[in-house]
Amino acid sequence: MDEITRGFIRAIELILELNPEVIEVTLRSFLIALSSVTIASLINVPLGSLIYFHHFPGRSGLINLIQTLYSIPTVTVGLFVFLLISREGPLGSCGLLYTPYGMIIGQSVLITPVILGLTISALSNVSDDLRDTAISLGADRFQTIRTVIAEARGPVLAALLLGFGRALSEVGVAMMIGGNIRGYTRVLTTAIALETSMGNLEMSIALGLILISIALVVNTVVGRLQEW
Amino acid sequence: MVSLSCYVQLLFVTFLICLLSAGGTADERLRVATTTSLYDTKLLDALESRFEEEYGVEVDIISGGTGFALEQGRRGDVDLLLVHDVEREREFIAGGYGLERRCFAYNYFYIVGPADDPAGIKGRNASEAFRMIADAGERDPDVRFVSRGDSSGTDAREKQLWKSAGIEPAGRWYLESGQGMGATLIMADEKRAYTLTDMSTYMAFAGNLSLVPLVTESEELLNVYAAIPVSASKHLDLAERFLEFLLSQEGQEIIANYGMYGRALFYPAAGRCTEIGCNEAECPGEMVSRVG
Repeated sequence: MDEITRGFIRAIELILELNPEVIEVTLRSFLIALSSVTIASLINVPLGSLIYFHHFPGRSGLINLIQTLYSIPTVTVGLFVFLLISREGPLGSCGLLYTPYGMIIGQSVLITPVILGLTISALSNVSDDLRDTAISLGADRFQTIRTVIAEARGPVLAALLLGFGRALSEVGVAMMIGGNIRGYTRVLTTAIALETSMGNLEMSIALGLILISIALVVNTVVGRLQEW
Repeated sequence: MVSLSCYVQLLFVTFLICLLSAGGTADERLRVATTTSLYDTKLLDALESRFEEEYGVEVDIISGGTGFALEQGRRGDVDLLLVHDVEREREFIAGGYGLERRCFAYNYFYIVGPADDPAGIKGRNASEAFRMIADAGERDPDVRFVSRGDSSGTDAREKQLWKSAGIEPAGRWYLESGQGMGATLIMADEKRAYTLTDMSTYMAFAGNLSLVPLVTESEELLNVYAAIPVSASKHLDLAERFLEFLLSQEGQEIIANYGMYGRALFYPAAGRCTEIGCNEAECPGEMVSRVG
């Protein structure tokens, strides 16, 4: 119990004394997760709408597959992206392995199923009445789609938050693609893994608390935005 | 429709089974915290299966860097440590956490790097090679060094070598991976960089690497593995038995004969124990001297 208390105290100390390395790692974690969720949402929210508004053979199978991929292990995504961008891989010449850019690619891939699937289900939950009303009021196809998406913005935002949380807290992609290089690709989760393996357990607890605090702040801010 | 009470019953039964199966085997298990090189090369698997066969004791192996193993020992979470960092080992025992240090195997650290060797270190001694890598790294953007940076035994030796080279490693050419030896070798390979590795992990990975050993067996690069029974252990008898097995003729022969691609990965400490820098207390006697 003592140790956990000390971890708490250490976390507050680290934040208060503005430890440059901790701040750097924290900012990097935040920026990489934010970039990943931005890229993944720019691709997947439109793609999700496309799947929702179109009926084609194999649609329900596709949705089933997307939902299954919610639980894809982060190390599997890491391995897949690693094979893609390592020196021997098809994208090897870009030199993306062990860079933050590679991590953003990996995390975007990782959270793609979550954002895609939850966008589709957010749209599905909008009442059909709304759609019918829009059409009966003379809305064209494009206006109808816009109305439905606007109505579903709350759940879509929740999907983005979940994607952000998964990107921020994952360690498989960050470790395999980023490589935990100090001052370049080290993020909160890989730093926690390292500090634990070095036996610095208080530091690990402190970094974990900082990570949860980021999630808390982001959730609170987004929650406020939604109320507006 | 299955009723709620049915679920509750099922949960209860599962809970009981868990309790019983956990309680039934807890006493006969020996927990060994080991450095990654002994584990990743599967030497420990070979030793463990022979030991389990002979004594009927379940051995649980927890693999991590030497820093992690020592911390687990301090907390009393394990019974025996197999580690490789003399200074911290002696500190650990002086602190009352460990009973004794016994040397059981050794090999060498290698400085490995790209085959074209841009810093020209081949054949130099270790600290000279480190100085040349640092010099070349400042001038040439293609020269890099990947450090473990994880306070493992290998990392401790690397820091020592920089010290004896009179260099504070820092800068664009010096990368800290913060990961195990295997992952660090793969990173060095991808980046065409130099790194310090233990010989056994390098050989286990050599098939997948384009890195070649450039500086090898010298006194500076000697790597000694030691076993330390943890004072706080509740299974000290088992820990001692495993230790004796490691030092027995049989154990030492398993270590000597364990190889990959026709080469030995570790050398038994028996017979050379004092030559590899262990003192009298750390290599006591008959057990060790039987194999020459």
